[in-house]
Amino acid sequence: MSVITTTPEFTYKVPKRHHPVMQFVVTQPLGAVSLVFIVTLFFAGVFAEFVAPYDPLEIDFTQMLAAPSAEHWLGTDAFGRDVFSRIIYGARTALAVGLIASFIGSTIGAVIGIASAHFGGRVDMAIQGFMDVLLSFPIIVLALAVVAMLGKRLIGGVDVNLILAIAIPMMPRVERVVRSSALAIREMPYIDAARAAGYGDMRIIFRHMAPNVVAPYLIMFTAFMAQAILLEASLSFLGLGVTEPTAAWGLMLSGTSQEFYSQAPWMIIFPGVAISLAVFSFNLFGDSLRDYLDPRLKV
Amino acid sequence: MLRYTIHRTLLMIPTLLGVAVLVFVLLRLMPGDIVQLRFLMEGGQVSPETIAAERARLGLDKAIWWQFYDWMTGIFVGDFGISMWTGRPVAREISSRLELSMQVAIMATVLATTLAIPLGTLAALYKNSWIDRVIQVFAIAGLAVPSFWLGMLIILGLLLNFGWIPPLTFTPIYEDPLKNLSQLIWPALAVGYRYSAVATRMTRSTILEVLQEDYIRTARAKGLYERLVVGRHAMRNAMLPVITVIGLEFAFLIGGLVVTEQVFNLNGIGKLFVDTVTRADYTMVQALVMLVATFFILINFAVDLLYAVFDPRIRYR
Repeated sequence: MSVITTTPEFTYKVPKRHHPVMQFVVTQPLGAVSLVFIVTLFFAGVFAEFVAPYDPLEIDFTQMLAAPSAEHWLGTDAFGRDVFSRIIYGARTALAVGLIASFIGSTIGAVIGIASAHFGGRVDMAIQGFMDVLLSFPIIVLALAVVAMLGKRLIGGVDVNLILAIAIPMMPRVERVVRSSALAIREMPYIDAARAAGYGDMRIIFRHMAPNVVAPYLIMFTAFMAQAILLEASLSFLGLGVTEPTAAWGLMLSGTSQEFYSQAPWMIIFPGVAISLAVFSFNLFGDSLRDYLDPRLKV
Repeated sequence: MLRYTIHRTLLMIPTLLGVAVLVFVLLRLMPGDIVQLRFLMEGGQVSPETIAAERARLGLDKAIWWQFYDWMTGIFVGDFGISMWTGRPVAREISSRLELSMQVAIMATVLATTLAIPLGTLAALYKNSWIDRVIQVFAIAGLAVPSFWLGMLIILGLLLNFGWIPPLTFTPIYEDPLKNLSQLIWPALAVGYRYSAVATRMTRSTILEVLQEDYIRTARAKGLYERLVVGRHAMRNAMLPVITVIGLEFAFLIGGLVVTEQVFNLNGIGKLFVDTVTRADYTMVQALVMLVATFFILINFAVDLLYAVFDPRIRYR
């Protein structure tokens, strides 16, 4: 007589680890979808010449205020310019301005934030005092003030002062978040070790502290992409940002489009949809990135 | 608490002084001063003597620190100077428009709060259900839709459906409340949407957090009605971050109004700011910026104090 004992197989499943990118796609499906949209938007912007069916500046008086049709998918504006093509070229403007401005704003903000945390004491107090001043303005009020006071300065077709106007209000907000992360890092033993080894401030800031605040930096960066696009649209709408004839979403909503509310509603609807979708996807991507990298971070 | 209040109040002084210096210096970096701009607009040749005389009249010929000193001492006696563009007292120009902007801002706040708190709570209670999904989409869309575009869509909708657009001339509420409300409800909706979206998200997440607490389980375990568990135990504890967001967003609302007033052609503070900032109207821009910054700082301060009032566990020293 034999007793057959089957020892149940030990089935502890080790959670499958994916490549970091795959891990993001698996855990944050919405983020992945928004990323796909963002990438598409980037391609449309970069290759606008090949994607857009018409020249965005081409004036056609025989086609003024034409309704959406097979020929002009999203209709034409008061100058007979193709709205769809202008939206695609507008993506280029929005993304270029947004990317450069957020990059400058969050990078400078991050560096100042780390430095402020690293030096501490009086330096920290002085920097925080200055940031308090910048933080006492609503974002758009500060941006508007900067852009009106600096005027336009075109370098390589890009309005540098517009970019500065968007970057400056962001800077203190990034600074705050990065500084609070850096304050925790400052107390880490490896920073003590670096200090004991006699490394200079620059080396500690850039080689030891900066790599450890990459997560909040990236999160703030994407969050501010959305803000920058919104801000650029608002400024252009007010006539203080990108100016005619350049195609920009906010600009498409200002001026003549408001005179043709009932005649040509497509002039109002579609550029706004473009702004909203772009901002929406950057927000969504930013949220997922935060959940993925650092769920506790409060932005 | 009292010490903390005094300390914070004193800390506001250097910040506001910093704001004043910043605006003052930035304005004077602007290429071409107001006198040149104004004469340029009027066209024609103007002799250098006329320009110099006008500069002297506006006090722009003095050294920059004297100008700053004059401005600062003026503020302390409640004199904000005269608009360099219209020649009328700045305080009068601003106060006549403040009423309109404040009304829109308050209406938007009431609207946003009455929407956000029930919606956020509902979304939290029915987490991951279709109700939650719908509310979440409503909220995240609110963060993406620019308020000025929403304003344009509202006008478009009113025009197509009723053939009616809000009147362009402002009627004060004490003259004709109905006419006033029918005019201002639309801009309030346009700027309030984003506001309610932010508050809804905050309400949802804090209620979800609070519902995990031990005292909620205890309340449920002792057989308390769910209505009371949510209404008394959860809501009270969740409201603090929501109040913060409502306070902070109120200050941002003023920023939203800058653009949205343009769409509805409302003669408020925002429109005044856009108009004067491009004209280099030094005294007016300075006063407006100081007003907004002071307001912003005071709101932040008030939010911090409210924390202590609403939550006795918080003590400031």
